[in-house]
Amino acid sequence: MAKRQKYTRVPVIRPKKYCRFKKSGIKYIDYKNPDFLMAFINEQGKLLPRRITGTSLKYQRKVAVAVKRCRHIALLPYVADQMK
Amino acid sequence: MAKTHYESVVVLTPVLSEKMLQDAVSSFEKLITENGGELIHKENWGLTKMAYPIQKKTTGFYQIFEFAAEADAQIVDKLELAYRRDEQVLRYLCIKLDKHAIKYNERRRNGEFKKAKLVDNTSAAPVAEAKLATITSEEEE
Repeated sequence: MAKRQKYTRVPVIRPKKYCRFKKSGIKYIDYKNPDFLMAFINEQGKLLPRRITGTSLKYQRKVAVAVKRCRHIALLPYVADQMK
Repeated sequence: MAKTHYESVVVLTPVLSEKMLQDAVSSFEKLITENGGELIHKENWGLTKMAYPIQKKTTGFYQIFEFAAEADAQIVDKLELAYRRDEQVLRYLCIKLDKHAIKYNERRRNGEFKKAKLVDNTSAAPVAEAKLATITSEEEE
């Protein structure tokens, strides 16, 4: 059997993610502002995970509540095909 | 005892005439003030497009009330009951505001926030785009 080529991982250097709420001192996330909340959902209208947006756990919970409230008052869709 | 602040968003049907809309809004206002609530702010967004149809309607009149009341006054219960009984109401949402929310709403009312929001949006937009780019690149991998 042929010797398997050794796999060397090339590190991808990305800028460090940060929590934008902590950085800019935002304490309250407004559920009436769908344009702002668009940054935390994907094209299907689903919530993006923390590992992608970099939001801290404390504010991710608040983001989730705000998005859900925004959906309820029909400013954001529950399901969508192409939002962006 | 300190009063609790509440915020209520109500979506009314787009088929209302100007007068019917005014009547509905003033009746809710009356309900708040008569039950010991103190109306702090009201906002009318006018006819707004909704993200998805409700009762086969794609637009709605958005009305926002912010009021303070004693926590044990059951004002929210009464307001929600009135919303549920009213056929003109497509959607409603009543929430309790925390201290940060009260501060935020004050700033929003004073108008200073609109500017700040714009600045915020412009600074946030490239970040969001960059994030989108990273997401797509990760998907490609």
